[in-house]
Amino acid sequence: MAAVIVENISKKYQVEKTKVTALNGISFEVAKGELFGIVGPDGAGKTSLFRILTTLLLADAGAARVEGYDVVKDYKEIRKTVGYMPGKFSLYQDLSVEENLDFFATIFNTSISENYDLIKDIYQQIEPFKKRRAGKLSGGMKQKLALCCALIHKPSVLFLDEPTTGVDAVSRKEFWEMLQRLKLQGISILVSTPYMDEASLCDRVALMENGKILAIDKPSIINSKFSKPLWAVQSNNMFALLKSLKNWEAVSSCYSFGEFYHVVMKSEEKGSREIEEFLMKNQFQEIVIKQIDANIEDSFMALMHTSNE
Amino acid sequence: MSVLKYLLQKEFRQIFRDPAILRIIFMMPALQLIIIPMAADFEVRNVNLAVADHDHSAYAQQMVQKIKSSGYFKLIHYSSTYQDALKNIESDKADVVLEIPSNFEKNIIREDHTSLFIAVNAVNGMKANLGAAYLQSIIQDYNNQIRLKWIQFPKIPPQTNIEVTVSNWFNPMLNYKYFMVPAVLATLLTMVGSFLTALNIVREKEIGTIEQINVTPIKKYHFILGKLIPFWILGLVVLTIGLIIMRFFYQIHPIGNILVVYFFAAIYLLCVLGLGLLISTYADTQQQAMLISFFLLMIFILLGGLFTPIDSMPSWVQKLTWFNPVSYFIDVVRMVVLKGSGLSDIKNHIFIIVGFAIFLNSWAVWNYKKTN
Repeated sequence: MAAVIVENISKKYQVEKTKVTALNGISFEVAKGELFGIVGPDGAGKTSLFRILTTLLLADAGAARVEGYDVVKDYKEIRKTVGYMPGKFSLYQDLSVEENLDFFATIFNTSISENYDLIKDIYQQIEPFKKRRAGKLSGGMKQKLALCCALIHKPSVLFLDEPTTGVDAVSRKEFWEMLQRLKLQGISILVSTPYMDEASLCDRVALMENGKILAIDKPSIINSKFSKPLWAVQSNNMFALLKSLKNWEAVSSCYSFGEFYHVVMKSEEKGSREIEEFLMKNQFQEIVIKQIDANIEDSFMALMHTSNE
Repeated sequence: MSVLKYLLQKEFRQIFRDPAILRIIFMMPALQLIIIPMAADFEVRNVNLAVADHDHSAYAQQMVQKIKSSGYFKLIHYSSTYQDALKNIESDKADVVLEIPSNFEKNIIREDHTSLFIAVNAVNGMKANLGAAYLQSIIQDYNNQIRLKWIQFPKIPPQTNIEVTVSNWFNPMLNYKYFMVPAVLATLLTMVGSFLTALNIVREKEIGTIEQINVTPIKKYHFILGKLIPFWILGLVVLTIGLIIMRFFYQIHPIGNILVVYFFAAIYLLCVLGLGLLISTYADTQQQAMLISFFLLMIFILLGGLFTPIDSMPSWVQKLTWFNPVSYFIDVVRMVVLKGSGLSDIKNHIFIIVGFAIFLNSWAVWNYKKTN
């Protein structure tokens, strides 16, 4: 049986007389022991979804089950079996690292020593600071402590809401390595992130936008579905380049990606030769054009592009 | 049970780690108890007096001397025209003008009759009222004094005289502090019991820790008890500090059994803790909780009989004070400390406060359930 089953979940919020749709009929399943990513920009509805699955919020319509327990009826069972790490750091800032961990262990009727092997890898990194108050830790340390606290009762499903937002690149990499190790322990993990590059680290991802899921699959399959050729373009005047590419009727979409602009043409016959000709005509110099494979961000942009049309 | 024990341990750790809260708990009662009763003394002293003396006679001098020596008046101006004296009232330097007419002495001696004029600055109504009354009674006294010197009273006075003797029960010296200190103590307990509790719970909401707690198997009543018990204990600690200050700083020796005060305070704290819980279910930020608390505190104090006696309020306001738990506690502390009342004397108060406690706590729990 799947660890998480979501069926047609919808949620609307009342914002000053107008209704805002946060989730619009979402359905997906997460298999046991899977690292499942939910990728989408801010406001896509990721946090609402997590709050519904962790029994903090009631959905307007639809049903969801976590480890076979209904999120409404069996909320007490769910609270015993899941670990939740909210996007905002919400441990006690005025308690020390050790006291926080001890507190969460006790309220789950367990102790640090009982599940120490599960958190050992992570906890060892913050153990030198165990007497320090949680509020005085750096961002990355806070993340690690929050993860320890979410793991201390050996949950079978772990919900991580944007765990890497506001954390430096090195800590982010470490964090994902930790998640891979936790997966090996048989914990099903749901993680949301606004960073596209992290999506490729998941077993499967759901691309989300405006309360809807645009695609769910393995990152490699999502990428392979990207049908049209993709060109990376660079020149001496990047700002003017973006403007003229966007105004060119032969271009389907164009967006910046690192040092390059990624360009998708409307017709597949048009290739680097046509682009080069167009740019030369517009007096651009030092032109670099190469064909590249689509990554998850390109797929996401393409999906967003089609869903908006 | 161990969960509750651990919640309490965590709560106390946090309280004792927060220097601001510690200061509030221990310094606030001490400072308030020492300062407020001194300031809120309704005895009128230092009434500023201006005299317009048109007579400049020995009798007039004697009378002014007598007024000055009463201790209630400060002579700040002495002139021979009424206009000059009135200017002092206009510039708010004087509270009362006493005008002594010309031929004051002559008229007393020759015609057995004279008159004086008192003009009062009534901006501060109470000071004006009492100042004028004091002045009148001093002049009356002076009048008797000179009559005694001039006329030999017959053994049986021609007119009947009613002489009134007042004896002050429970507070023989009419010491205002005896009345104020127990009441300030009651207000303090209300602040610690309800407002600190509300702020503490709302803080968990604001920081987001309540989210984290909500996904754990902690039961709601464990969480609520974990919040209320520490402040119940702190409330009793504040009461103890207050009683020590009352006993040793003000030398007020409670006549009744102090355990009666503790017994009532223990029940009363349940009531104000319920109020704190209720505020926290409505407020989302500490700022909101603070403003609600401030508003309620004003009402509680002004409708609680702390400064002005409830009996002299309009009858519909008196009915409002029935819904003010603070007024019952103020009443009980005064009764026990000054009159020595026992449990049987305050049993009505106890029933009412138990009612309040049940009502406020049920409302809070009901509202807490609704929002979650």
